[in-house]
Amino acid sequence: MNQDMTKPILKMDGISKRFGGVQALRDVSFDVFPGDVLGIIGPNGSGKTTIVNCITGFIKPTSGRVFFKDKDITGRPPHKIADMGVTRTFQVMRPYYSLPAYKNLVIPLFSPRAKRTGGWRGGGNLGNRQTIAIDILEDIGFERDSYIPFKKTSTLPTGYLKRLELARCLALKPEIIICDEVFSGLSMSEIASMVPLIERLQDEGITIIMIEHRLRELFQVANRVMVLNFGEKLIEGNPVEVMADKQVKEAYFGSEEVEEVMTYA
Amino acid sequence: MSTQESRKERIDRGIKVRSDGLYALMSWRELSYLTLPRFILIAGMLSLPFLVPGMYWQRVISIVCIYAILALSFDFMAHYVGLVSLGGAFFIGTGGYIAGILNSYFSVPPFLTVPLAAIIGGVVCTLLLLPCLPLKGVYFAIVTLMYPLFMARIIEAFNIFGGTDGLVGIDSFSSSFAEQYLVICMVLIFLFGLRRFVTTDRGLIFTAIMDNDQAVRASGINITKYKALAVFIASAMGCLAGACLTHIYMWSGISQFALDFSILPIAATVIGGSGTLVGPILGCLILVPVSELLRDFGTLRIVFYASILVGFILFRSDGIMEFGQRKYEQFERWTKI
Repeated sequence: MNQDMTKPILKMDGISKRFGGVQALRDVSFDVFPGDVLGIIGPNGSGKTTIVNCITGFIKPTSGRVFFKDKDITGRPPHKIADMGVTRTFQVMRPYYSLPAYKNLVIPLFSPRAKRTGGWRGGGNLGNRQTIAIDILEDIGFERDSYIPFKKTSTLPTGYLKRLELARCLALKPEIIICDEVFSGLSMSEIASMVPLIERLQDEGITIIMIEHRLRELFQVANRVMVLNFGEKLIEGNPVEVMADKQVKEAYFGSEEVEEVMTYA
Repeated sequence: MSTQESRKERIDRGIKVRSDGLYALMSWRELSYLTLPRFILIAGMLSLPFLVPGMYWQRVISIVCIYAILALSFDFMAHYVGLVSLGGAFFIGTGGYIAGILNSYFSVPPFLTVPLAAIIGGVVCTLLLLPCLPLKGVYFAIVTLMYPLFMARIIEAFNIFGGTDGLVGIDSFSSSFAEQYLVICMVLIFLFGLRRFVTTDRGLIFTAIMDNDQAVRASGINITKYKALAVFIASAMGCLAGACLTHIYMWSGISQFALDFSILPIAATVIGGSGTLVGPILGCLILVPVSELLRDFGTLRIVFYASILVGFILFRSDGIMEFGQRKYEQFERWTKI
């Protein structure tokens, strides 16, 4: 990679968000470095998805700034931020249900960014978007010679829909992918097949932020973990450090579960 | 035959012909099976002016086509972009007034006012609707319903463009044939053009916006731009229809902003089959003449009209087109077990 590895690619500086009387985020700051897999964990309602929305422009933080490669992207519209290479998946999956699976990817291939970059692995030639779409789907684990890519999206099982969410990010040739609970709702075997995929994306130089409840799998891939509680950052560090922290145990794990998780990690 | 030794089999020729792909082109039977409905529609529309008796019914044909263009634009907006627009009257009125102004103040001939009204009207309507584009569903519908009322009151209050009398003495088309073939050809061009457009890769973006606009934004696409493009296409069609209406009646006035132009296309879409694009045209071909025939009943007309609508919604809620297509493509036969 030609990027400076010591300089943060994404920087959150004192982000706060208030929804009426609810303080969803309170002065959260963190840095993400190129090639990182940052895990964000925390109990329900601790503000994890709000952070994703603040970064990707779906909501505007009440105060604080977000920097991507030293550029202030706070409050820019979502399509501009996606255009810069900061992509996201949705916790509640948002495929285009009335289209066949592969045509879901034709849409991001029409974006200005895909035109510039040529899409995932693209060389700038978007001549036949439907073929490229099927290539991306194959790359992300749809069986090429099966009829699955051609099935109507509403008939696909959850595992494929989660992959489709990731594929939509990949079609833009992203620099950062923010995965909002890609493991949730999947069976153990489906998760087991997703983990290598995430590792492969990391190897290809994509920075990944993962919001997860599945700690065991998260700690397999993440090199840093941040814990949120009631909108505030509790601790940030490598997985082992984070788990050893007393505050985290109290806020999130509960004393018994942490033993179990620790043995896996 | 008893059910013990045979069973009913349902065959879908529609799927067979389509999945045969290129091979369908090699057989005359399959080819004619595919093209016959389209051929009947085109030939039927083009021969309408010869088939109907008298001046009165020929005029009805023109009105049918104007409503058909409006219904097409409604169906495109509602079922391919996800913007339910009640602004048919707004489009008709804007287009009608622009054509009227161009013709009576600047004496531009009709063959120029019609395309000019479509383009200028499309731009005007798009600009005025631009602030409403973030709205969805019923909210967008309510705002678009407000626009025609708003325009009519402005013209009335400021007494501009002839005020309540409207603009009179506008040129008509050179002949009734020219008038009818213009609107009929426009219906066919818009119908086949839109059908082609919505299935192209770029047309899929509109369907995607309807399905899930947040995902489209997350894909780095500016949805406001695409929604504005869709509104421009739909409003330009509506304005073109309005300009034709002005030249047909040789008059443009406040009643062009009447709610009929918003409501009838929706009723036609419901009857014809929503999301099919052909359906709304069939709906207009039925509804407008029926409404003319019902004039004999005087004030009871609306009662009959409403009963027909309710009947359709209750018993054929998927519309004529869906029903017809199913009957055309599927048939059942008994086979031996």
